[in-house]
Amino acid sequence: MKIDRRSFLSFLIGGGAGTALSPLPWKLMDDSSIWTQMWPWTPVPEDGEASYVNSACTLCPGGCGITVRKIDDRAVKIEGMKGHPVNNGGLCILGLSGLQLLYGPTRVKTPLKRVGKRGQGSWEKISWKDAISEVAKILSDLRSTGQSHTVGCISDSDRGTVPRLFERFLTVYGSPNLMRTSSIIDSYELTLHLMQGVQASPGFDFENADFILSFGSGIIDGWGSPVRMFRANSAWRNTGGKIIQIEPRLSNTAAKSDKWIPANPGTEAALALGIAHVIIKESLYDAEFVDNYSAGFEDWKRFVLDKYGPDSVATITGIDNTTIIALARSFARASKPLAICGRGQGTTPGSLDECTTVHALNALVGNINKQGGIFAVAEPDYINWPEVEMDATAAIGMQKDRLDGAGSKKYPFSRYLLNRLPQAINSGEKYPLKALFVGDANPLYTMSDSKAVKKAFDKVPFVVSFSSYMNETAQNADLILPNHAYLERYEDIPTPPGMPKPVISLTRPVVEPQLNTKHTGDIIILLAKAMGGNIADAFAWNSYDACLKETLGNKWQVMIKKGFWSYPDFFVQTHEESFDTISGKFEFVSKETGSLKQFKPVNIEGDKTNYPLLLMPYDSIRLANGVIGNPPFVMKSVDDTVLKGNNVFIEINPKTAGEQGLREGQLAMLSTPVGKAKVKVHLFDGIMPGLVALPRGLGHTAFDDYLAGKGINFNELIGPVEDPVSGLDTAWGIRVKLAKV
Amino acid sequence: MKHKKAKKYGMVIDLDKCTGCGSCMVACMAENNVPFRKDESNKLLSITWMRVYKLTNGKPFPNTDICYLPRPCMHCEGQHEGHSPCVTVCPAIATDYNIETGIVSQIYTRCFGCRYCMASCPYHARYFNWWDPVWPDGMEKYLSPNVSPRMRGVVEKCSFCFHKYQLAKEKAFMKGRRELKEDEYQTACTQACPADAITFGDLNNPNHAVYRMAKPDPKHHGRPTNPHAFRLLERLGTNPKVYYLSSREWVRRAGDNYLENESIAKKPAHHE
Ligand code: SF4
Ligand code: SF4
Ligand code: SF4
Repeated sequence: MKIDRRSFLSFLIGGGAGTALSPLPWKLMDDSSIWTQMWPWTPVPEDGEASYVNSACTLCPGGCGITVRKIDDRAVKIEGMKGHPVNNGGLCILGLSGLQLLYGPTRVKTPLKRVGKRGQGSWEKISWKDAISEVAKILSDLRSTGQSHTVGCISDSDRGTVPRLFERFLTVYGSPNLMRTSSIIDSYELTLHLMQGVQASPGFDFENADFILSFGSGIIDGWGSPVRMFRANSAWRNTGGKIIQIEPRLSNTAAKSDKWIPANPGTEAALALGIAHVIIKESLYDAEFVDNYSAGFEDWKRFVLDKYGPDSVATITGIDNTTIIALARSFARASKPLAICGRGQGTTPGSLDECTTVHALNALVGNINKQGGIFAVAEPDYINWPEVEMDATAAIGMQKDRLDGAGSKKYPFSRYLLNRLPQAINSGEKYPLKALFVGDANPLYTMSDSKAVKKAFDKVPFVVSFSSYMNETAQNADLILPNHAYLERYEDIPTPPGMPKPVISLTRPVVEPQLNTKHTGDIIILLAKAMGGNIADAFAWNSYDACLKETLGNKWQVMIKKGFWSYPDFFVQTHEESFDTISGKFEFVSKETGSLKQFKPVNIEGDKTNYPLLLMPYDSIRLANGVIGNPPFVMKSVDDTVLKGNNVFIEINPKTAGEQGLREGQLAMLSTPVGKAKVKVHLFDGIMPGLVALPRGLGHTAFDDYLAGKGINFNELIGPVEDPVSGLDTAWGIRVKLAKV
Repeated sequence: MKHKKAKKYGMVIDLDKCTGCGSCMVACMAENNVPFRKDESNKLLSITWMRVYKLTNGKPFPNTDICYLPRPCMHCEGQHEGHSPCVTVCPAIATDYNIETGIVSQIYTRCFGCRYCMASCPYHARYFNWWDPVWPDGMEKYLSPNVSPRMRGVVEKCSFCFHKYQLAKEKAFMKGRRELKEDEYQTACTQACPADAITFGDLNNPNHAVYRMAKPDPKHHGRPTNPHAFRLLERLGTNPKVYYLSSREWVRRAGDNYLENESIAKKPAHHE
């Protein structure tokens, strides 16, 4: 340390001189010399002036506010921002490790162009100018030959200025193929559309709810906005709020819940119907809401009373009928009950039936758009850009069917169906994808059936990644145009999933860009300008920062000062005005989709004879499984019953393991209809017999030596199963076989 | 000038709130320049000043239960103040009991790596540096100047973020104050915990939250009188300054390695 002892000393004495003479400075100096001595052969962190910068974390959609401690121009620690509406001071394990990403070896240091075979890892540096003109040339060629619609873009979000710039670019260029990474939010948006007639995201007022009926949602395992959920969970401990957790494995959420009810996997919707049955039969529902503001109740009631008595539901779910009845009663009688779904972290959308049924439970107890209930939250309308002027090419391109089939005759209600893209490309049934932009997303890792996804990517002749880090998708791209890391750039972070009130946070540069990177927003603008014509006209901004500042208008100053913008005037609509369905009411049975179908378990892949067991993923907050992989610190927190060396453990009930002749710590070969992997066995009493659980978030091939090559990517073992109504992926598991090796 | 009573800094960790998320572990690593290696799955070699243990009740499905237990250094007071198990065995006086704060220090420059302290610590809170720390090129930029990186051959452990105490004292001193307010000195793990499961403060100060939560009994070496509170391995008489709260009896029993049929001494039986 350039600790200049003399100045340190005079600083203290100088401070002391104004106050009474005291032995304290001497004591402090002594301690300080004890605690901060250095050796020449370990790094000596330079001392300097300490300062703090408020910003926002972007490592997951959680949208936490952060405060970064700096010493001169170095960022030395990330802390949670006090007073931020999402996390108020707390932070998750990944957010706390952010500096290992900023300064870490996984950063893409400069624009790169592939030279060897795809995925081989041979790159050459390319200047920004050349890189952008190369993309512009390929896009212009496609456009001039009437193939504008063969350009696609994948992004984790469709909100906020950067995704909206991508969307704007594709629109004026002429492609309908903007695709969002799917999650439970897709199912919820569809549910709100079908039952309430609105285009909105779900907002759960957990802070005011007192009885949470969770159909497998990992409330403290990373579901929703993770830190907000941790906080809500602690608040329930203080206020006596209750959580009932329904899932076949004792997750952290189940362990912390007030009651854990293991249901047969995949039968959650049937349980919801059984609960509805009891509530209706015993007239425990909110008649005020149901009679005045709902439609289709009589039909639904008949259906539920007919088929879903506690006895038949007990047979389907494996939960005894008295438990079902008691659960229904306590849910209906609670003062602020709230039912939620989305397994684990909610990374798979699940069946639409399940989501609508769980939502119907909320309607039964009348907690739609009500304190302690679920709100339909419209996207804040701060992005008001002038309409783009589309030329004929753009208009023709935009009218083409989407490649993923969203909005088609088969799946008219869905907006994005990224899960269907690999199959659409591989089958070649519609048209080929000629160029693909991957924004803030890592589909090659996060999409299920990795092999099929890889095959599809291989068929796309031109893949551009905008990733700041060398992730799996970047590794297999033709061109990488690295974005600034989140601690080096401005960006708006729109309302995190599940927040009942809109809030926009501001990510801002904490340090200067460390490498030869460029803001993705600037790249889009530069690209548009390079393309010229209408496309350039749609992007009249000089830079992304100018665009952001102009877009945020008077919010900008507030956000610079506070770090976020919350909507003070956000108000709750009355029941009269909040439903925009055909009936103008909450529809228990959507008039758009029509008939009621009996509960059918999701058809998961594999036959019982060859694959006697069931494999399910599990999510842990200590294993990042989205666009970012675990940094070294987070890897350190992974238990040795999850990962040992490069081997991942499966969890299995001791009884089932015994039947399969497997012991603790033994190696086994796990095979599903989709893939195979060598794993180690960990016996866990908390998992239902017959099940095998494998964590998500491991098995990376990209990132650094601290992460790559460890464990298995769950997505290599499972493929998507389409929901008949939404087309979204409903697979919660797959059949599996385990054999000793 | 009135002589102020010495501080006894300590921690109360509410296991009902702790979610096992691991934020405390990483906040500590980030705050204290803790090194990392390519394989951290051998937990005997993995340096974690704060480590979150997973306890299970050992019952078969579906009566299984898990509880997470974060374990920093306990900063044991021993039977007489300063008779911590590690302090008494260190031949180099490299680990010392600070009477002013109750914090057990580790002075790396004095430590010559005999690891007696590790053998005597019943909580496995101490770690040995078998290698010099290595940060990937460029990553040493985030190292904090407030905590010196350690070298091969020395023992390290949780310091209750002692440098934060020093910084807080300096700041207060500049304002002409000698006493720290409760929120002025808070450890990194406490601040980061998203569940607010960790509370830190002066166990000698009845106005501090830790005191109210643990209700330490000064006549019995600070043994908690809150029926939900316990200390790890209470019966060893190490008198730790870290207290745990749990409403689940099996967790409280696990905290002191109780035998299956043994009843917990001097505590009312509780639900569950
Ligand atoms: S929850 Fe998400 S947004 Fe919040 S700190 Fe963690 S990674 Fe960042
Ligand atoms: S940060 Fe808090 S909730 Fe998370 S493991 Fe540590 S004590 Fe438990
Ligand atoms: S008190 Fe400080 S040193 Fe101790 S575990 Fe917590 S963060 Fe680490």
